[in-house]
Amino acid sequence: MSQLSQRHLLGIKDITKKDIELIFETADNFKEVINRPIKKVPSLRDVTIANLFFENSTRTRLSFELAQKRLSADIVNFSASTSSVKKGETLLDTVNNILAMKVDMIVMRHASPGAPHYLAKHIKANIVNAGDGTHEHPTQALLDAYSIREKLGSVEGKKVAIIGDILHSRVALSNIFALQKLGAKVMVCGPPTLLPKHIQQLGVQVELNVEKALHWCDVANVLRIQLERQQIKYFPSLREYSLYYGINKKMLDALKKPIIVMHPGPINRGVELSSDAADSAHSIILDQVENGVAVRMAVMYLLAGKVN
Amino acid sequence: MLIFEAAMQKKLILDSDQLDITLSRLCQQLVENHLDFANSVMLGLQPRGIYLATLLHQKLEKSLKKKIDLGYLDATFHRDDFRRRELPVKANETKVPFIIEGKNVILIDDVLFTGRTVRAALDAMIAFGRPAKVELLVLIDRKFNRDLPIAPDYVGKSVNTVDTQKVQVEWQAQGNKQNKIWLIN
Repeated sequence: MSQLSQRHLLGIKDITKKDIELIFETADNFKEVINRPIKKVPSLRDVTIANLFFENSTRTRLSFELAQKRLSADIVNFSASTSSVKKGETLLDTVNNILAMKVDMIVMRHASPGAPHYLAKHIKANIVNAGDGTHEHPTQALLDAYSIREKLGSVEGKKVAIIGDILHSRVALSNIFALQKLGAKVMVCGPPTLLPKHIQQLGVQVELNVEKALHWCDVANVLRIQLERQQIKYFPSLREYSLYYGINKKMLDALKKPIIVMHPGPINRGVELSSDAADSAHSIILDQVENGVAVRMAVMYLLAGKVN
Repeated sequence: MLIFEAAMQKKLILDSDQLDITLSRLCQQLVENHLDFANSVMLGLQPRGIYLATLLHQKLEKSLKKKIDLGYLDATFHRDDFRRRELPVKANETKVPFIIEGKNVILIDDVLFTGRTVRAALDAMIAFGRPAKVELLVLIDRKFNRDLPIAPDYVGKSVNTVDTQKVQVEWQAQGNKQNKIWLIN
């Protein structure tokens, strides 16, 4: 018998190593469930969940929705582009109106960092952060670490390099927290303009040369260049970025050691990762997607089961 | 102090030798109904029914000199007390590496109390197919404590208990010295 230390999943920063391990153990069971002929359990049949996506998403949203359906929860979906947010309603008003319809849990993606933390102070429902601006994306970090654990047996002591646009990436920050809590060594690698100042203070190594980073690591988590968040130019051209920081199969094969390549998606093929690398045997990108459903099932199951 | 001792009173229901006799009898009864187990499979219920299932399985394979399918079924996600308990129950591994469609399934658990775990297990089992027939084997039947209309087909020992009592099953496989079953007041 065990439960999470928190009522919400706002970020990896707020949860403990024990919480992460409990989520992983529960996800193991759900992974077995989603590979059955009947992939559904009735656990959350009296729980209603609202998916509030104030920012675009394909994978995360589908993954959450499938996870909720596999748990038999009732769900309502909301996307900002087709809602009254356009008419000027505030976030709290929108959410309170949804909660008035008796919703127990909120899964939210928002462009503003801290938006789910703000909501958590004002409403009673459990909140799962599905990405808040450039801040955190906890379920992605959990499924990344879960995939490493699945492939390598454990996360402890493993060397993980996060490569690409670290500055604008919520995945990078959540990954750093999760991997460090689980005892991995973390390196960030990218052009200096895309590395946040003082990131060393988080206890990560910084490397500017992608080949050196690949030589050092057991796992390369490659991130997308988030052009939509870049208001100024951080590098001369995508072509130049790709030349200096793009990863292809030739580089991976030349390492002469086992290496795992991950990517949270969506991939810009030919920019940060070439097609032959993304589809190579090194890549576990599709395993990440499968594990995403099991991990999100575990998170929502554990949050719903927590008695206050 | 006296009250404390009385509250902790333990009574041995089955010791190791008696348990062995009971298990042999249960195996005989299973063979009587399932003959050579050609179309029968065994499913131990997590977390504690698997020890009993494993013991019975070993005995049966030895006496019939053939392989019998044994799986573990976890009903945690099908429980009806989720979000109603003090602490959530932790899930365990489900391992059903065979097809149960059209088979005779023997569900095996150590103690039958309210019947709610068995109800959840029936629900969980259906996700793997539609068995021809399902039977329930329990080691201890606390027969006056049922919340649901569930009755076992094979019983190791029936005991009369009240709600506040507890049946404690100690298995060697869990690290205990001997297999023993206690009634705790």
